[in-house]
Amino acid sequence: MDLIKLVEKEFAVNKEHPKFSAGDTITVSYKIIEGNKERIQNFRGVVIQIKGGENNKTFTVRKMSGNIGVERIFPLDSPFIDSIQVNKRGKVRRKRIFYLRGRTGKKARIKEKRF
Amino acid sequence: MAGIIGKKIGMTSVFSVEGKNIPCTVIEAGPCVVTQVKTKEKEGYDALQLAFGHKKERRTTKAEFGHFKKAGISPRHELVEFKNTYQEAYKLGDEVTVDIFHELDYVDVVGVSKGKGFQGVVKRHNFRGVNDQTHGQHNRLRAPGSIGASSWPSRVFKGMRMAGRTGNRNNTIENLMVLKIIPEKNIIVVKGSVPGAKGSYLIIRKQWN
Repeated sequence: MDLIKLVEKEFAVNKEHPKFSAGDTITVSYKIIEGNKERIQNFRGVVIQIKGGENNKTFTVRKMSGNIGVERIFPLDSPFIDSIQVNKRGKVRRKRIFYLRGRTGKKARIKEKRF
Repeated sequence: MAGIIGKKIGMTSVFSVEGKNIPCTVIEAGPCVVTQVKTKEKEGYDALQLAFGHKKERRTTKAEFGHFKKAGISPRHELVEFKNTYQEAYKLGDEVTVDIFHELDYVDVVGVSKGKGFQGVVKRHNFRGVNDQTHGQHNRLRAPGSIGASSWPSRVFKGMRMAGRTGNRNNTIENLMVLKIIPEKNIIVVKGSVPGAKGSYLIIRKQWN
């Protein structure tokens, strides 16, 4: 296992992103390549889970697009992620807040963390 | 064909420069020791015999032990011959390391695939089985179907694909790209998968050139 970790370290991207956890509202700036043009698209929503460890972390962001819930999974180390911005720190009890999927409107609100 | 003996460590995935997630296999390769240099004059063909891995002395026969002693090494697990290598550059007892490969080279990897035991034709030969669960089908979903005609030839042809022992045989995977070489740790990272379980021995060969 150690040798695998060593290899993963060799390939590591070492990009610094702000820390966030489930319940936070974040904006992911994502690079999109169309032909030979590159543009940045923002995806803003609530983080509903962070999965994996080391180099293989992924996180799922859920947003409401009109009336339809849209979820997108991003690999944390993906070179396509330009930047991540934390907009709100949410107060939740769970690591994975899938109960959000069954809720809409006012019920889908998450209390903001006060420091 | 230059090559080296190695050991499968495991798999992981890395991001390429273009941003693609690439599956890759980590192999601990070498250092191998030259245990015999075969020449056209003496043995009739040119080859290098390399040794790799660890073997207990009490599991080694006296004949093998003497062979290793000639090269001045302790007994090794694997002995592999590489034909038409650069045998002129190596002598008995020399070390061969991963330095013979370069990044972005293409290599072939030979290994023994995982044994799967007695398997049916669907797993063993990628038959499709019966395509329907209904229309009169009953307990023959993964069956092979007909294995031949009737009064002619009155027998089943040789080589007919049937159920049987699967896996646990030599497999060669060709054209694997070398993603990275770490000479200090004798590590070579190739794109894609290789046969065998973790810890199994592999032969990594350079492509014909």
